[in-house]
Amino acid sequence: MMNREVNKQYSSGEVLAPPTERYTVLGWLKKNLFSTWYYTLLTLVTLYVLYAVLKPTLFWALKQAEWEVVVVNLRLFMVGQYPADQIFRIWIALHLLAFTAGLAWAIWLPKARRIGAFLLLIPLGLAALPFISGFSRLNWILFDIFALAGWGLGIWKPKAMRRPLIWLLLAYFPILILLILGVEPILKIVKTNLWGGLLLTMLLAVVGITVSFPLGILLALGRQSKLPIVKGFSVLYIEIIRGVPLVTVLFMAQLMLPLFLPPQIKIDNVLRAMAGIILFAAAYMAENVRGGLQAIPKGQHEAAWALGLSGFQTMYYIILPQALRNVIPVIVGQFIALFKDTSLVAIVGLLDLLGIASTVLAQPEFIGHQREVYLFIALIYWVFSYAMSYASRRLEVALGVGER
Amino acid sequence: MSKRVFYILGLLLILGALLAACGGQNSSNAQPVKTVVVTVEAKGNAASGQGATLKAVKDRGYLVCGVNAQLPGFGYVDKEGNYKGFDVDYCHAVAAAIFGDPSKVEFRPLTAKERFTALQTGEIDVLIRNTTWTLTRDTELGTNFAPTTFYDGQGIMVRKDSGIKKLEDLDGAKICVATGTTTELNLADQMSARGIKYTPVVFETADQVFGAYEEGRCDAVTSDKSALVSRRVTLKNPANHIILDATLSKEPLGPLVRQGDDQWFDIIKWVVFATFTGEEMGINSKNVDKIKAETKDPNVRKFLGLEGEMGQKLGLSDDWAYNIIKYVGNYAEIYDRNLGPNTPFNLPRGLNASWKDGGLLYAPPIR
Repeated sequence: MMNREVNKQYSSGEVLAPPTERYTVLGWLKKNLFSTWYYTLLTLVTLYVLYAVLKPTLFWALKQAEWEVVVVNLRLFMVGQYPADQIFRIWIALHLLAFTAGLAWAIWLPKARRIGAFLLLIPLGLAALPFISGFSRLNWILFDIFALAGWGLGIWKPKAMRRPLIWLLLAYFPILILLILGVEPILKIVKTNLWGGLLLTMLLAVVGITVSFPLGILLALGRQSKLPIVKGFSVLYIEIIRGVPLVTVLFMAQLMLPLFLPPQIKIDNVLRAMAGIILFAAAYMAENVRGGLQAIPKGQHEAAWALGLSGFQTMYYIILPQALRNVIPVIVGQFIALFKDTSLVAIVGLLDLLGIASTVLAQPEFIGHQREVYLFIALIYWVFSYAMSYASRRLEVALGVGER
Repeated sequence: MSKRVFYILGLLLILGALLAACGGQNSSNAQPVKTVVVTVEAKGNAASGQGATLKAVKDRGYLVCGVNAQLPGFGYVDKEGNYKGFDVDYCHAVAAAIFGDPSKVEFRPLTAKERFTALQTGEIDVLIRNTTWTLTRDTELGTNFAPTTFYDGQGIMVRKDSGIKKLEDLDGAKICVATGTTTELNLADQMSARGIKYTPVVFETADQVFGAYEEGRCDAVTSDKSALVSRRVTLKNPANHIILDATLSKEPLGPLVRQGDDQWFDIIKWVVFATFTGEEMGINSKNVDKIKAETKDPNVRKFLGLEGEMGQKLGLSDDWAYNIIKYVGNYAEIYDRNLGPNTPFNLPRGLNASWKDGGLLYAPPIR
């Protein structure tokens, strides 16, 4: 009876709208949580477990935990022993970053306004924290103003700003290092042994990913090369580095390297850790880029050759732009992993975010506050990792990766 | 042709990788092999000749001191970003003796693993990082130990209501201990020597060890006595826990320098002795100026650089000891500031008292 009716409907040529799934709150609850007796049971059990876990956690976090250790040592966590009267240099670097990022956003992602607005909320949220100094508050607001200024400029003159943006991006990295390290006599030199906390973590990650990127591309191209020495070297390098853990590379850089070098040559230990991280990240970067290269159909090569492009031109104009666009999500993923991996430098004696946490825990007045301190730095790692992964997902959508 | 070159290159790379791999292994556990490599290096070190270290330090304008940045009471970074602690104060004392300015120090935080390499390669001038003086370290590592600044020893903490008073009472007890440390081995040695049966409950880190003890998962916990005292203040009711009198091991902690530069070794030795002497003579940072102006005692006059030109014999200025006492303090002041009654540790002096008070601190005469 029913069937026949349905058939009749279809045969009559009526087009039905697809069913929409709209529920009231109660309806949603009923469908997803209480539809059958065992769903109901599972829901209740889960709710109880959540309650049992969250209640003591929240009670601890709000009532018992003594967060003073974090508040008092906030500057240590952020910049380590970086001299207090020189911190404005870090702010300048951040403001310049905000301006550049705003400009880049306007030119390359003019449509992604919602996520841009979301990212702008983060500094405002930080400015609203109750325990930070007025100077930091002002600077977080300035940070947003610079970002908006960059964005406005990009929207206003997108064509004219394209070239300055590229220059700014290329120059940013050296400017950052000069600002933080200092240039006599304009800026006082701040030696690397005073870099610490989130600043050092960020620098290690940013330097690691930035410098390893070109190295990784070279290695990936080398691995596909027809020249046996180049190819052999690339394969060996990639496989050896990928075969050892990062902590081994760091130990080698910290402990073995100084023994091999002549005593006149002393390499700064932050630099040694950076070199270790760069060499390590380059091998992984190479494999990521290779994935992108292999995904480019052979026809692209052949078409380029047919047009009379040289090998270099083929790579530079045809293959690499497509390949790199494809691997952006993977590279962001690697960056997030590297950001967290930098915490390994704590075991070779550097005072990065994790190292500074152990140091803070040795302050006589805060002995035994492990939970507060480690929870706090875990939160910092999470906030940054999540913000990056969210931004990368939106970037994929904006760039149309995977949609060709 | 190119194929052959490729093979040779590949072979070389594999060889290099193997060598590197061996090197990596040595650094982690094979102690003797590492030390051979290291001694050769240390002998070929430019900064290891007679008087070279002092000259290098003076030319540089500051001392590079290897410290622990994560040990309560001995070395940590305070909320202003300055290094503080007992070992850190000794770095300041060396700087005060050389430059007359205790702030001319650059601190290099070191982990237990890299501390000796940093000293051997000349990355630091002196290592003051709660390092136990042992025969092996004194000889094979190519280092020299200055006098002990802190006599530590392994102890055991129990709950007061457990009724345990001495080691023998621990028969059948569960004892929390950090794994892979000399602490764990000492415990096993001492207990088997006395024929006491016990169950070790091992953990990776000190935090876990004391956490488990507090939760009541073991009857006793063992660690260095200074650590036991500093950890006791973090327990819920510190008064409910007692530290047994028994000492399971000797842990004399002191500064280290490279072998081969005796003048530098002398300076570090006498900086330590100067802090002892200051306490013996009753000279501290508060009364040192008054005493210097008024004293007629020839020993005090020699100590404070008024006669005898003692500092020049060390290659320093004659007011070297005055500067140490003036800017850093004598031993009692350094101890009290970092571990004494006004700190959360309130660690009794014990063996670390002057010989006049029945302790082990005894400085040779300065004359």
